[in-house]
Amino acid sequence: MHETAVAQSVLDTILEQADKLSARPVRAVISCGQFNALNDEAMRFAFEAATEGTVCDAMQLVIKHIPLRAKCDHCDRLFEFDIYTPACPECKSEHFNFQADAPLLLEEIEFENPNDKGGL
Amino acid sequence: MKVNLNTRILSKNEQAAEQNRVFLADHKLACLNLISSPGSGKTTLLARTITDLKDKLRIGVIEGDIKTDYDAQRIRAAGAAAIQIETEGACHLSAPQVNWALNNLPVNDLDLVFIENVGNLVCPSAFDLGESGRVVVLSIPEGDDKPAKYPGTFANADVILINKIDLISYLKFDLQRVLSDIAVLNSKAIIVQISAATGQGMQSWYDWLMARLASR
Repeated sequence: MHETAVAQSVLDTILEQADKLSARPVRAVISCGQFNALNDEAMRFAFEAATEGTVCDAMQLVIKHIPLRAKCDHCDRLFEFDIYTPACPECKSEHFNFQADAPLLLEEIEFENPNDKGGL
Repeated sequence: MKVNLNTRILSKNEQAAEQNRVFLADHKLACLNLISSPGSGKTTLLARTITDLKDKLRIGVIEGDIKTDYDAQRIRAAGAAAIQIETEGACHLSAPQVNWALNNLPVNDLDLVFIENVGNLVCPSAFDLGESGRVVVLSIPEGDDKPAKYPGTFANADVILINKIDLISYLKFDLQRVLSDIAVLNSKAIIVQISAATGQGMQSWYDWLMARLASR
């Protein structure tokens, strides 16, 4: 459940930004690679628990999973790695190198428009 | 109103990890982060390593567990300095915790610090501690499907120790499957088959360790 640490860290940054802009956050987008082992359900649960009672309460969390890419040693083709078929889709070679896995990122935060009273 | 950030979520941990790297370099210390599931034999491995290499290497250990200082006691009994971190529920060690522990170890009298992470094959992998290398321990009773099930952990290992190898004839464990799954995830990792309990294969682990320290 490292998702709790991730959620807390995301919340800290959102609160910082919300304070700076004096606006209410409504949506955040995070992204992660394949080796971060971020589980959507655990992440949502942890985020919900962390944001409870804060200005972020009930805000929407979007989680993007960035595929892990590999480069074939044989034909240089770049492809999305799939653990069930660990081979180059082009030449079927099983010799390839992983590209860097995507880091855990807080991509964007959407804030309520100050003039939007109630709105959506 | 949208704010584009693209900030690294674990940046606070990464900054602390960088501080640890600088601290370790300043003190000419190697540091290895041990990751495995609970019960794989990490502490037994460390205790034996400390005893067997006591004339060659001055080793200190940072122990991570959710509760108790049992492991630190075992390390001290083997003759090494140990600092216990009780994470009180957290499933991994973080770089700031290691920072604190490094400041409480007699670092000027050490060559090598082992960090024994909390027993867990998932979470510790995502947290850089500032270590100079990662050791993943997989023991025979855990089963031969673990590299495929926990790819992130095995993909980021420098050494993979297959422990309790003395039990392989008693259990259903397909060593070839493990080796080929690891080959897919991590072609660079050194794989050593050992038994920390009987001593089998330990010399190859020590050879790797001494070479690694010599190359610093």
